[in-house]
Amino acid sequence: MSGTAAVVEKPKTYWVAPISYPAPASSGKTGLWRTERPVIHLEKCVKCLYCWLYCPEDTILRREDDYVYVDYDYCKGCGICAAVCPTNAIDMVPEGGES
Amino acid sequence: MPLRLADLPRRRYGSPGNAACPGCPETMGLRYVKMALGDNVVLVIPAGCSSVIQGIRPKSGINFPILNIVFASAASAASGMSSAFEMLGQDVKVVVWAGDGGTADIGFQALSGAAERNDDIIYICVDNEAYMNTGIQRSGLTPYGAWTTTTWTGKTEPKKPLPFIVLAHNVPYVATATVGYPQDFIEKLRKAATIRGFKYIHLHAPCPVGWRFDPSLTAKIAQLAVQTGAFILFEYENGRFRLSPYSGMYRDPKRRVPLEEYLKLQGRFQTVLKDPQKLEMLRAEIDEMWRWALLLEKGMASPELKK
Repeated sequence: MSGTAAVVEKPKTYWVAPISYPAPASSGKTGLWRTERPVIHLEKCVKCLYCWLYCPEDTILRREDDYVYVDYDYCKGCGICAAVCPTNAIDMVPEGGES
Repeated sequence: MPLRLADLPRRRYGSPGNAACPGCPETMGLRYVKMALGDNVVLVIPAGCSSVIQGIRPKSGINFPILNIVFASAASAASGMSSAFEMLGQDVKVVVWAGDGGTADIGFQALSGAAERNDDIIYICVDNEAYMNTGIQRSGLTPYGAWTTTTWTGKTEPKKPLPFIVLAHNVPYVATATVGYPQDFIEKLRKAATIRGFKYIHLHAPCPVGWRFDPSLTAKIAQLAVQTGAFILFEYENGRFRLSPYSGMYRDPKRRVPLEEYLKLQGRFQTVLKDPQKLEMLRAEIDEMWRWALLLEKGMASPELKK
């Protein structure tokens, strides 16, 4: 035996376990759930990154200069980003109206 | 060392497009686990909302390798995995991500056993204060007076003081955290990762569906729970107990935000708000928790002096 790690024989496979792998859109484009859309006004943004930190869905993304933008394909419209923004730079706009 | 958000790498920590409800605290918490511990992590998940968030094969909605296991054996399975990784010589952190029912009620004997054996795992209890996945039934960690589908007029028993119970097992690290203060949670996770032995972190996670509030208020309610003193943030490390900075300033009840501010945002506490007697009982429950915390702080502040 060489090394500290014990030699473990590869177990014989009797059946193949159903293994799923992490991937986006495991439940489809969840942006369709949204009733209100977050709109970021970059002139008020102070790059505190709170919206990026608190977003449960990882749909607020950071640019190279740390300004943020929203991935509308998957944003569920919960509004946490607008609630935690210290400068009120994010507005929740109802979906379906004029853009 | 305080955490700077701008230093965290620009990458996707979570997995967008999963099956979680809007405003879910569990997907928030899982992102912070990824931010804190990186990619060398394996999750063990007993039945709960996290099993549902993964979605159906072939895609998984949680950005970690996961072992899904039955309620009563999450901590035991993690102990075995931790030993196996040690034998293989791999540096992989085994994290149990269990709900409050899977920790305090059904999975408690496995948790207690793993704590007694001092197995090298991180146990995170996501405390959303009821069995949310199966339809908001009461659990041992539901606070006094809270509405659930099995306690229509409010729960009549107080909340089980689970962090103190695990602390009494004399494990190397016990901490409480909340999704309202992610920097605090990330720092505690990073500290836990450096310690060998059983680590327990109690994560307070307000659930918009079960607590009956607007999804946009998840972070605000988690912060209010700390500011009103309803949830205490502390850290217990190698025999030393201390309140975390976010909770330390609320030792004095006069400096706390009024409890009604926290209760009135949640639909589940409406019976408590209408009945002054129930409100007093809830206050007494919170005061009891604070009495324990302050006693431990006083008694376990400096173990070096006692030696």
